[in-house]
Amino acid sequence: MFAWFANPDRFMRLSAWALPIAAAIAVLLFSIGLPWSFLFAPADFRQGESVRIMFIHVPAAWWAMGIYVFMGVASLMGLVWKHALADVAARAAAPIGAAYAALCLITGSFWGATTWGTWWEWDARLTSMLVLFLTYLGYIALWAAIEDEQRAARLTAILCLGGLLNIPIVHFSVDWWNSLHQPASILRSGGSAMDASMMQPLFLMAFAYLFAFIALLFAGMRTHVYRRRALAAALRRARAT
Amino acid sequence: MTMWRTVSAVFRRDLRLAWAGGGAAAPLGFFACATTLVPLAVGPDLKTLALIGPPLLWVTVALAALMILERLFQADLEDGSLDQLHLVDAPLEFIVAAKGAALWTAIGLPLALASLPAALALQTPPHATIPVAIGLLIGLAAFIGFGLFGAALAAGVRRGGVLIAILVLPFFAPPIIFGAAAASKAASEGLGAPGFLLLCGCALAGVALGPIGAAAALRQQTG
Repeated sequence: MFAWFANPDRFMRLSAWALPIAAAIAVLLFSIGLPWSFLFAPADFRQGESVRIMFIHVPAAWWAMGIYVFMGVASLMGLVWKHALADVAARAAAPIGAAYAALCLITGSFWGATTWGTWWEWDARLTSMLVLFLTYLGYIALWAAIEDEQRAARLTAILCLGGLLNIPIVHFSVDWWNSLHQPASILRSGGSAMDASMMQPLFLMAFAYLFAFIALLFAGMRTHVYRRRALAAALRRARAT
Repeated sequence: MTMWRTVSAVFRRDLRLAWAGGGAAAPLGFFACATTLVPLAVGPDLKTLALIGPPLLWVTVALAALMILERLFQADLEDGSLDQLHLVDAPLEFIVAAKGAALWTAIGLPLALASLPAALALQTPPHATIPVAIGLLIGLAAFIGFGLFGAALAAGVRRGGVLIAILVLPFFAPPIIFGAAAASKAASEGLGAPGFLLLCGCALAGVALGPIGAAAALRQQTG
């Protein structure tokens, strides 16, 4: 199935349809999910209105991690089967993942300012999200630094797989470090105790983020394919003259 | 056993190169400057110094390890010796590991020794300085192991120092967490401090996986 998708021509024809559809679904889900989250979902009895940041913050955190796993799978396919499109997919996904991670960090900072009374709490989850964000930056920087695209694709794929091994270790060590340095945080309420009236808009927002990612991913991948074609055309012209 | 002859030849060559031209003195100088300047900035209050001492040593050593990574494979790539290393009878992973071991001997051991007087100056109790230095020495194995990986990825990039720093920073996070935590508790608990065994685990992971990742990256750098 992947070999079938790996044909860039087929991808371009397919994504020409899939991109607007995914974008439309994302817009639809956001236009339901945002009012639901901010106007109709109940405010938390302890955190008040500030709990609504959760609907922006938590899906961003989920997909910031999910996108990195997606990049890891794409990198592995690019390394093993040498599919050019897998390299392009990993490359196009990175800025989106970095943006989601940044969104998660910024909204987490706002949330911390209102509920914890500090703009930056060295909370275990925030800290490992910061490390994930830096991992994204390193990946993007390595792509930008190497001129030869083939070589850049291989090297960034190796880096991506190394990062995939590292992130769970970072998460564990930050957890350990955090519990060592501070007493158990009383402000953490149990995630599973969440009411369905908050759960439903949260999942809706998660799907909205997912479709936004798919639409942006296709747009980014199409840009890279077009850029490669333009480059190839320029080379052909240069050879002809 | 020509393979081991090759590996030890690489080790000896890199050890000589590290000290030729004073390259290995740079991280030591950096370490001395940083551990001198920070107390000047913080103030002479002994309690504060005792508190920040072990974490400061760890941060400084991590940064000092970063300094030497940029030229590690770049020089070999530029003068063609990397192509030669592909041709020898030893696997590239072993060659890379030998280069890392040479670095650890040339830079890591002096840094760990230099941390003894620095730790004393930062009000670490005398009996805790040896455990702190041992922790740093083990931590440097982790830093160099992961550093090999970052250096190999960025070997073809001109002025790749900053790039290497951002590539390896996520990998430095676990050893620095466990190492600095163990060093802060070294005065009361010595080598039994919480985190010390986890630091050793990080170092083993770095020593085992770093050269494999670095060799995979170096295979893409030539040809």
